[in-house]
Amino acid sequence: MKLTQEQQTILDGKKGETQAKVMETLVRYGELFGADEMVPITSKYNHLVTSFGLKALGAVYSLLDQLIDAGAVSKQEFSADPRPLDKNVPANLLEKFVFNNFMYTKQEEYEKQLEKLGLMNKNAFTCTAYMPEVGNVPNKGDILSWSESSAVVYANSVLGARCNRNSGIIDIMGSIAGFVPSFGLLKDEGRKATWVVRIETSKKPEAQLLGSAIGMKVVEDVPYIIGLDKYLDGKLDDDAKAYLKDFGAATASNGAVGLYHVENITPEAVEQGRSLIAEGAREYVIDDAELKRVYDSYPIIWKNKDAKPKLCFIGCPHLSMAQLKGWSRDIKKALEANGRRKVAVPTVLTTAPDVLEAFRKEKEYQDLVNVGVILSYICPLMYMNNPICQKVPTITSSNKLRTYTSARYYRDADLLEIITGGRN
Amino acid sequence: MKQFKGRIVAKGSATAKALVSHNGLNTLASFQKALQFGDKTATCGDQNNPDLYGKQMAGKALCLPRTIGSTTGGLVLYCACAMGRQPACMLFSEPIDSLAAAGAILQDVWLKDSSMPVIDSLGDEFLSYVKDDMTITVKDDGIVEVSD
Repeated sequence: MKLTQEQQTILDGKKGETQAKVMETLVRYGELFGADEMVPITSKYNHLVTSFGLKALGAVYSLLDQLIDAGAVSKQEFSADPRPLDKNVPANLLEKFVFNNFMYTKQEEYEKQLEKLGLMNKNAFTCTAYMPEVGNVPNKGDILSWSESSAVVYANSVLGARCNRNSGIIDIMGSIAGFVPSFGLLKDEGRKATWVVRIETSKKPEAQLLGSAIGMKVVEDVPYIIGLDKYLDGKLDDDAKAYLKDFGAATASNGAVGLYHVENITPEAVEQGRSLIAEGAREYVIDDAELKRVYDSYPIIWKNKDAKPKLCFIGCPHLSMAQLKGWSRDIKKALEANGRRKVAVPTVLTTAPDVLEAFRKEKEYQDLVNVGVILSYICPLMYMNNPICQKVPTITSSNKLRTYTSARYYRDADLLEIITGGRN
Repeated sequence: MKQFKGRIVAKGSATAKALVSHNGLNTLASFQKALQFGDKTATCGDQNNPDLYGKQMAGKALCLPRTIGSTTGGLVLYCACAMGRQPACMLFSEPIDSLAAAGAILQDVWLKDSSMPVIDSLGDEFLSYVKDDMTITVKDDGIVEVSD
């Protein structure tokens, strides 16, 4: 890799051993993927995947201490993934004991580290920092050093920014150096589609199910999706963005997709059309039968497969304002239809702290509270990530949550019926 | 005995029994329980990976195409190495992905006592040839020997 004089000086240790190790890490990382140079990060903010003070991540905190002690602090402020705890989310005494005394004992300490390293503000804990209420919205063409698979795929695909699927720790090292190795999704050729996906379903496909199917099929490749635009009314409005947020998260967690193009919808597909499709691209056709096959393939790992759900999470990734309002209206309507005043299953809707603050001023917020729905900024994945919560029959419409925990996936309409008492 | 030659991602030598995943390894889903709850053998917790689910990963020669899933992947591998719960080596049939690459490099650069050789680009034939419990020897020069 060709380094500038400044980069070479750092690598040679002229700015200390820690900075040299940061540069060595980035250079070795880039060289593995054929990077020919390091390019400046141009986004205003970074985003980090690690937001949780898990005792088990002691090695990460030690490394961050090394960076702080050496003055290797980020030149960029950043947001981070959601906090793992929120007292508003139901937890029994044992769960609370495990959370506070066993799992997340480093939370307070870790948040202090993040503040020293450049956390945007105390509310900047969400996987959807690109929501306008949060304000970490990269521009088209910006070079990022982000991690969080769902955020990376959204930034690349929906916003047209350029970011590789960086791991935690690599994210902040890029930010500290101010440069990232130029390869993969940072390059025009890396953004070409090597799959053409044709949507031939009889109705609008469930975002989280479609994303899962595509993620499992193309794994880390770039798909160009034809036939989805008609279900998104041909435009990238708030509803389409929310749909693509959920779709992308499923492609990234059920596979390893970092970028997708949706014909006539996403910015690069609008500009460049089918010229984005690489020669020899493979084809994947998705119809109703294929979606059913994928849905039926999900294992149900509850001990009692017929157990009555005891908890429901909606909002992984965190919900947008439009989605919160939509769920509020849908839940209210379904409860009326089912002759109920309160939800039948304890239900938590999760969203960014800044979105939640804004939503509190809306009528739909009170409607949700009135029917017993809990609003939270928590990360459902981190909440469920222990043997005790794993035993609680939990349902979700998030394919990401299904992938990492024991939560059982349902389509939105099915989930709505269950939580409003229409069916078990 | 059969030999395969790959690219060295993290240098080192190791001999261990093979553990084979034909699908991508979801690092977070596979290691999360092991790291949090004192399982020194690192039993795989990924329900979506029938090749590995419920099997012990620590100390094994983990043979796989690539890793997938959460971008915590690299730091999860890094922590597994820091806690001594890592595979003896990681052997990729395909060119390594960005998350596994991060874990491999981070442990090599930042952990004094860690040694997890990582080799990639071993080819499809490697993954179709190797079976669980075969003996794997990784050499300093990136040669991987597989024997029954």
